[in-house]
Amino acid sequence: MRHDFLDRFSRLDSPIHRLPPALKLGASLALVLTVVLVPPARPAALVGLAVVLAVVAVLSRIPVLFLVGRLILLEPVVLGVASLGLLQPGGWRTFLFLVVRSTLCLGIMVLLSNTTPFSDLLHVLTAARVPVLVVTTLSLMDRYEFVLVDEAGRMKRARASRIFTSRRVRSWQTLATVVSQLFIRSSERAERIYAAMCARGWR
Amino acid sequence: MHIPDGFLDARTAVTAGILAAAGLGIALRQARTHLPQRRVPLLGITAAFVFAAQMVNFPVAGGTSGHLIGAVLAAVLLGPSAGVVVISAVLIVQCLMFADGGISALGANILNMGVLGVVGGWAIYDLVSRAVRGLFGRILAAGFAAWCSTMIAAVACAGELAVSGTVGWSVVLPAMAGVHALIGVGEGLITALVLAAIARVRPELVQPEAGTSSRVSLRVTMAYGAVVTVTLALFASPLASRWPDGLDRTAEVLGFSRQAAAPMLAAPIPGYVMPGIQATALAISIAAIAGTGVAFVLAWLLACALVPRSSREHAAEPGAEP
Repeated sequence: MRHDFLDRFSRLDSPIHRLPPALKLGASLALVLTVVLVPPARPAALVGLAVVLAVVAVLSRIPVLFLVGRLILLEPVVLGVASLGLLQPGGWRTFLFLVVRSTLCLGIMVLLSNTTPFSDLLHVLTAARVPVLVVTTLSLMDRYEFVLVDEAGRMKRARASRIFTSRRVRSWQTLATVVSQLFIRSSERAERIYAAMCARGWR
Repeated sequence: MHIPDGFLDARTAVTAGILAAAGLGIALRQARTHLPQRRVPLLGITAAFVFAAQMVNFPVAGGTSGHLIGAVLAAVLLGPSAGVVVISAVLIVQCLMFADGGISALGANILNMGVLGVVGGWAIYDLVSRAVRGLFGRILAAGFAAWCSTMIAAVACAGELAVSGTVGWSVVLPAMAGVHALIGVGEGLITALVLAAIARVRPELVQPEAGTSSRVSLRVTMAYGAVVTVTLALFASPLASRWPDGLDRTAEVLGFSRQAAAPMLAAPIPGYVMPGIQATALAISIAAIAGTGVAFVLAWLLACALVPRSSREHAAEPGAEP
């Protein structure tokens, strides 16, 4: 699997990509908070923020289709929660406002993750005095999640090539075995990684 | 149930953030003193494992599919504190890399799934597996705890949305609880199946003695208990429905003057709110007790199916894989 399927464009070269990661994280957080705090009575403010986002998106040289696709992929969650608003009186306005507001926030976060490599964000977290154990866990996760997703894919392929039919009742048990094997291999891998880390002078 | 940005008001987001920081802080403190150095990489790898395992889709009727959430699985395999750290790491990565779950709602999401889901689920697992001994007890406990953990997180999530004034209690609680009662059944089933499969191949990983960090001192238990209690009091107290009016008035005073949301929703799961009983609080309590009972019976049946009486003694038989 491509190791960068989550943040495919985070390593482009553009004025936005060259900004310091701490500034980008801080600015994203500030923008999200601004959007969240816009009162329902003044939806015009959201238009202004949308223009700012569009400018950043153009400057960052990320393909527009990719950004739109990513937003559409994430939209069901927003629609699901917002549609609960439809169930109460006068819900249409609430629904529209919630959807626009959340979509703007999604846009901010998608832009952040595609203009800043995750390892740079981890450096920011370290500088911000986030506890070492959290940063260690996050960086190991960042390093190995794609390895394990690949491993799960290989195991599913191996299973598919060795069985002829998959009855629905059995398929849960088979998939659970795949997941359990994945955990066992992960914990064995963790032991090897610990040995390797010690050998290279960790702590 | 990842809450996106824009659904929580500032007050709720900040309160949830503080509670999440407290829960995560307790977990980190306990991990620092009790987690052996050699198990530190295991946290990161397990977080990556949860991420990968969530991509394995389990087919559900009608072409839809579900996936593992993993809170109880992580708590059972690593102990509650390491579980909190692992699930929080997964949520942070999902938020920062995938924009799944908003950054302003990150505290609430960590609180719901990372702290309440893991600690609550583990507490139930611990209670049940003490009451019913052996592998049978552990599978039963894990399946039941996984259902409860999903429900606790869903109810807390509903509470946060309602307290924010986004959606009324009478709408959001039946919807979230009803949907997650079903999702929880899937989660319990997958958790029990995965644990049973691990116990077949590497039984020592499922033993209570496996993780030294799974023993929790009284102080830590009380600290976790305080976080859970405060959260439930703040976000789930309308469930007890003693002061729903007080809550509405607070909302009005703080400026969320919205039309009183009439309880107009027939629950998506018709059995959830018992028809014919006027007092909704009573109906919710009865539905909750009935649902929990059904979940427990299902977990019991599942454990019976997975751990046949004859093989309960030699659980350590060699793996099924050639």
